[in-house]
Amino acid sequence: MANIVGVVTTIQGSVAGGAPIFYAKEREELQQLAHLLEKVLDCAVHEVNEDLFIIVNRKC
Amino acid sequence: MNETIGWLSEHKELTGVLLGTVFGVTARLLMLRSDYRQYPAYPHGKVIHIALGIIASALGAVAVPALYDKDYTALTFLTLAAQQFREVRNMERGTLTAIDELELVPRGAAYIEGISVVFEGRNYLSIFAALVVSLAVMATSWWGGLIAGAFCIAVVFRFMRGTTIAHIAHVEKAEVRMDGPDLYVGDVYMMNVGLDENREIISKEGMGFILTPKNDDARVTLANLGQRQAILHDVSTRLGVFRDDGDPALLPIGKLGLKSGKLGLLVLPREKDLDKAYKAVSGVPLLEAAVRRPTKANRKSAEESAHG
Repeated sequence: MANIVGVVTTIQGSVAGGAPIFYAKEREELQQLAHLLEKVLDCAVHEVNEDLFIIVNRKC
Repeated sequence: MNETIGWLSEHKELTGVLLGTVFGVTARLLMLRSDYRQYPAYPHGKVIHIALGIIASALGAVAVPALYDKDYTALTFLTLAAQQFREVRNMERGTLTAIDELELVPRGAAYIEGISVVFEGRNYLSIFAALVVSLAVMATSWWGGLIAGAFCIAVVFRFMRGTTIAHIAHVEKAEVRMDGPDLYVGDVYMMNVGLDENREIISKEGMGFILTPKNDDARVTLANLGQRQAILHDVSTRLGVFRDDGDPALLPIGKLGLKSGKLGLLVLPREKDLDKAYKAVSGVPLLEAAVRRPTKANRKSAEESAHG
């Protein structure tokens, strides 16, 4: 089963829950943050909507 | 020349063993060609199989003269050989499984199992060739051995030519299309790609194929995850792969269009040669583990006999 290991969003307060949440100021920063997390965590980034990305680990 | 032929005719047993071994080893060598699967690629890997091939054919060739001498214990040696070859299968499975963890696009367990079975089977073919040639020499003379040898080599070639994807599916190139974050190959949904960078790479480097099954049996085979992984591995081996460890978004994938039963393939080759890619996909061997024949099992007559 896949696991959400992180959430990146530009809209403060739009998400909550167990996974670490990273806030970005704008969409460009959102991309940069998501890119960094993808490489560091070796996980795939998926777009829920333009302001909300999830980092998903499929290896477990 | 005449003397040699006379000598060969006189010493039937020796001729049988010699010719049998030679044809057995030849058969094994023919089956050991390193093809695009790149395995076994190194001299040491080959030496193991050639040595086993020699042992196999010698055993097969010796068995016949021994039986002619009413030495029935010779048969027990054949069982010994069978034991040995099962070990070959385990060895191949072990090696390939260990290597598979380090592949950018893994072979998958089903493909590995298929390869190991083939390695074991080819040793038996080698024994079989030696046995038949030896028997032919004992029954006739050296020329009978040559004819039987040629026949065995033909049989071996027949066994080597397995069925491929081209037999069960129409392969056609399809457009790789991004619809927002959603990635499609033709009309098959593949995955959601989050990063702009990856979307660019996929639209630029990606190559899409649609495999349309030719019948209902083929539909089940294409749906098999092991078969899909084998296709992805083979295509990636032949054309290279545009990815590195730590890029899970750039993994080549195969997805089924659930309604149509078509298989969508997304590959990211280093070499974007359509012709080669087409040949690579069409030439992937069908895995024994993936081939099913539901239409045969569901035929009325089969059902009736199953219910007595």
